[in-house]
Amino acid sequence: MKKVWGRSLTLIEQGYCEMLRINCPVCGPRDETEFAYGGDASNERPDFLETDEQAWHDFVYLRNNPAGVHLEYWHHIVGCRHWLIVQRNTLTHEFGQIALARDKTLSPQE
Amino acid sequence: MKRYSAFRVFIEGLTGHEGWQALWRNPEPKPTYDVIIVGGGGHGLATAYYLAKEHGIRNVAVLEKGWIGGGNTGRNTTIIRSNYMLPGNTMFYERSMKLWEQLSYDLNYNVMVSQRGQFNLLHSRTGIDAARRRGNIMRSNGIDADLLSRDEVQRRLPYLDFSDNARFPIEGALYQSRAGTARHDAVTWGYARAADTLGVDIIQNCEVTGFIFRDNAIVGVETTRGLIRAEKVGTAVAGNTSCLGAMAGLRLPIETHAIQAFVSEPLKPFIDTVISSGEVHVYISQSDKGGLVLGSDLDGYNSYAQRGGLPVFENTLARAACLIPGLSRLRILRQWAGLVDMTMDGSPIICKSPIDGLYLNGGWNYGGFKATPASGWCFAWTLAKDEPHEDNARFTLDRFRRGAQIDEKGMGPVPYAH
Repeated sequence: MKKVWGRSLTLIEQGYCEMLRINCPVCGPRDETEFAYGGDASNERPDFLETDEQAWHDFVYLRNNPAGVHLEYWHHIVGCRHWLIVQRNTLTHEFGQIALARDKTLSPQE
Repeated sequence: MKRYSAFRVFIEGLTGHEGWQALWRNPEPKPTYDVIIVGGGGHGLATAYYLAKEHGIRNVAVLEKGWIGGGNTGRNTTIIRSNYMLPGNTMFYERSMKLWEQLSYDLNYNVMVSQRGQFNLLHSRTGIDAARRRGNIMRSNGIDADLLSRDEVQRRLPYLDFSDNARFPIEGALYQSRAGTARHDAVTWGYARAADTLGVDIIQNCEVTGFIFRDNAIVGVETTRGLIRAEKVGTAVAGNTSCLGAMAGLRLPIETHAIQAFVSEPLKPFIDTVISSGEVHVYISQSDKGGLVLGSDLDGYNSYAQRGGLPVFENTLARAACLIPGLSRLRILRQWAGLVDMTMDGSPIICKSPIDGLYLNGGWNYGGFKATPASGWCFAWTLAKDEPHEDNARFTLDRFRRGAQIDEKGMGPVPYAH
């Protein structure tokens, strides 16, 4: 076990384990346990009058699933209860921009 | 390749153990093969093995970006079982169980299959009703299943929490006696050795970076070790299927998530079976070294990082301690995470892709390890005959369009909920 100044490093300090900290625009940085994950936010829902089955199939079932920056929803369910739209790198878990989902301002690109 | 036997061990013992060979060669890639399998995990190696053994296709390369045994094959909780309920899953996983039962003999390699049984604990009347239905479907398909009462479970597993104030009262269990565990590293090494013996080239440190197209069909792969051509390319890279799919221009019904496993400090033997609970969602077994092997939920957000988060760490151990109060002071020795393809219905994909020359094997969700033999067997069949075997005929990509999802848990297209 790695030690620094005679103290064993925690799993977090060794980089094996982590708690995501999401910087809620309303409440500030909070643990991921306060949030519910809402999945991919880059899929555009087709217009409700859309009758093309392919468009709905693609929206409901297909995902880009990038290894890199991912645009996703998080619901601050035990905080302000806002839906957030979040840029997070799926390789490193680093967060990019975070905004309220209703503003619809973010894109998958950084 | 010399066969393993007790006699060989005896002879080697007399001659200083100098006659053992490497389990597989380390060949340079040839410019062309009949079939290329991308991914040198259990599924890819099993596919190559059954291609050579069952279909006589021996000019096969298995391309692995890292080293054999460095990916998901060594990142699971080693449980094997066939307690599936829906058409498509039931007989596929039962084929896998039957292959497991003969695998050590088949491969001439001890994969340490231990059919120690699995108790799927039930905590409510509705749980018992659902388990009775599942058990009856299993039995009507010739798979063993027994619905055990609370008293019977208490007799067999007295260390579970049967107290009046148990957080999860135990009302019974659905028991499969042929379920159990297998040694995951040995499965990879055994398949690699057996495939290599039949002439398959296992090429490590060879990452696929793109596909070679001719007339909209795939005729080979670009790799970090040069171009390699083949009329048929199969992918068995669960966790990264979307990335390879994107190289071929496919968008797939898959999200990549991390799932963790935990191993405790070694204890004296006390859990001689596999204990799981679908309602609490945790599974526990004890390895031959004495460590308890535990697992539970996904981390819950898309991830390609092979590491896990603390909330699942805490939840898993809390759940285990709820079921077995004696574990409350257990210390965890090791923890790791593997990347899994979560599909939109929780069931796998083994099929010909919409692109000629490309075949997909992926979407294994939590269930990849137990499926290893049948996955390789069915994928080899699909590659060799250009059509699915009956057992994987439902694992297609177009099942979502046709409304023919195989959603064992009934969660809908929410991958992180399966």
